[in-house]
Amino acid sequence: MHRTGLSLGIHQLEHTQPSSRLNHHHHHHSTTTASTNYLHTLSSSHLSQHHQDLQIESITMNQFPHGWGRPRDDVYGAYDNSYLNESQPITHTQRPIVTGTSVLGVKFKDGVIIAADNIASYGSLARYDNVERLLQVGTHTVVGAGGDISDMQYLHLLLDNLLIKEQYPADDHQLYAPQVHTYISRVLYQRRNKFDPLWNSILTAGADPKTSEPFLSYVDLKGTTYSAPALATGYGAHLAIPILRRHVADEEAVSNLTQEDAQKLVEECMKVLWYRDARSGVKYSWAIITKDGVTTGSKEIENQSWKFAEMIKGYGAQNI
Amino acid sequence: MFRNNYDNDSVTFSPQGRIFQVEYALEAIKQGSAAVGLRSKTHVALVALKRNAEELGSYQKKIIPIDKHLGVALAGLSPDARVLSNFMRQQSMASRLLYKRPVPVARVVNAIADKAQVNTQHYGKRPYGVGLLIAGVDETGPHLWEFQPSGQILEYFGAAIGARSQSARTYLERSFESFPDVSRDELVLHGLKALRDTLQQDRELTTENTSIAIVGIGEDLKQYDGPRVKRFLDLLGEDGTRSQRAARLDTAMDVGGGADDDDDELAGLLGPGEGTSAMDTTE
Repeated sequence: MHRTGLSLGIHQLEHTQPSSRLNHHHHHHSTTTASTNYLHTLSSSHLSQHHQDLQIESITMNQFPHGWGRPRDDVYGAYDNSYLNESQPITHTQRPIVTGTSVLGVKFKDGVIIAADNIASYGSLARYDNVERLLQVGTHTVVGAGGDISDMQYLHLLLDNLLIKEQYPADDHQLYAPQVHTYISRVLYQRRNKFDPLWNSILTAGADPKTSEPFLSYVDLKGTTYSAPALATGYGAHLAIPILRRHVADEEAVSNLTQEDAQKLVEECMKVLWYRDARSGVKYSWAIITKDGVTTGSKEIENQSWKFAEMIKGYGAQNI
Repeated sequence: MFRNNYDNDSVTFSPQGRIFQVEYALEAIKQGSAAVGLRSKTHVALVALKRNAEELGSYQKKIIPIDKHLGVALAGLSPDARVLSNFMRQQSMASRLLYKRPVPVARVVNAIADKAQVNTQHYGKRPYGVGLLIAGVDETGPHLWEFQPSGQILEYFGAAIGARSQSARTYLERSFESFPDVSRDELVLHGLKALRDTLQQDRELTTENTSIAIVGIGEDLKQYDGPRVKRFLDLLGEDGTRSQRAARLDTAMDVGGGADDDDDELAGLLGPGEGTSAMDTTE
């Protein structure tokens, strides 16, 4: 690969040699012209001393330092670049491969609750059933990701490194949810501009350690961001948000919602998603962030009833 | 004949263990006119004395705003201050862009300290010939830092750099214990009084040569130059802008009541109606 650039240049230069010179060479001994890959200085003395041509030819050095110490093309033949696979195009993520589904987030009186199930799907196959899609970032922030799992893992790497870096000064400054959310949105928008997006939709949830002001914000693979009292990504945006909005329509409703009610609400929505989102899982992780920090847990959908399925063709055993 | 052989670059120690280039840089600060910084619980103020090269010329800028929450006052080579302040502005922008967070004061001060220290350790480089007072407010409150070309940074309640700044420091040392609870205007007045002490005998503080900047919690950095300085100089009083204060202090010291005298003077000048709200009318 490293040889291609300049050696190609040499070849081109050779081909553009004045034809008169080539003719001279040909006239005297065709063998030398055919074998050489090096540039020759075109001088009158060179041309006139016909009988010395062969000798001069063999001691002419390659004037390009790039070629020094490398196998000579005239001895070993041109370098074969083909095995380096240079001809393959650079590929960007065109679609998510292993995916996570919805993330839910609800603000309440003095904090936020966020939840995401533990399934990672490969197409419609529930490939992994124990994947953690919530990441605690610092003391008062949790980031939940839907979409491509490997991109999520890369983002987790960035966030972990960011936090390590942030701790080096050992001062009283920390990154909280608004800062973490802005950082993620910048990363995602930058990648979108490279036409190589991180294929995720992400919720950042947090609470201010001083005021306990809850924070909840969304950002997707295009870098689009918005905030609301209740948010959901993926299928949850269609199935859960209508339910969530019935309970937390605005910030006033947030200030009246207790933590217990918010937890029940998320449980209800996760259950609906388990019933109706074919990419969802029965086990999910949740995190509650208040001014006191982060509490996390895991839960399974309870009190399931699949009675409705008896009425639907395609579910369970068919008795025709 | 007896040339100093140990000051050709900043990487050679003298036999006494000194780096002369760094010491010369520290001297360059003293060539610049004075700048004073001081801090209360809510505000930081910078007060600086501008110089003009000749009577008919303009005055050299002494205070450089960096961001809404951050500003610096300089003493020494102003081109070097430009380099450092441009760098601080970059840091500030990067912080706002990447995190939507005003850059923490200590972080940006550390960044210029690292930058300056590198220059003291590489052949072919030279130390910056400028000292800075950095005033800023962040999540942890108001802060005042001093930056030196050696790469040293120090946080202060009150600090002064530049020509004859020892006089200002003497004033600050006498009165800094009252700073935490003073009002915005009083803080500036203390700054002006400190700055006044650096003046030569025949000079006085004027609207032309005085530069002021203040930043507070929940209050953006505001700079006062030219006619806008007048209100503060008026608070200082007719006599106050003159430079005989140093002499007055000396006699007061002998009596032992210099500081008290000063506070009475201030209370009288401010009056009951003077407060932060009065500031808003200036612009």
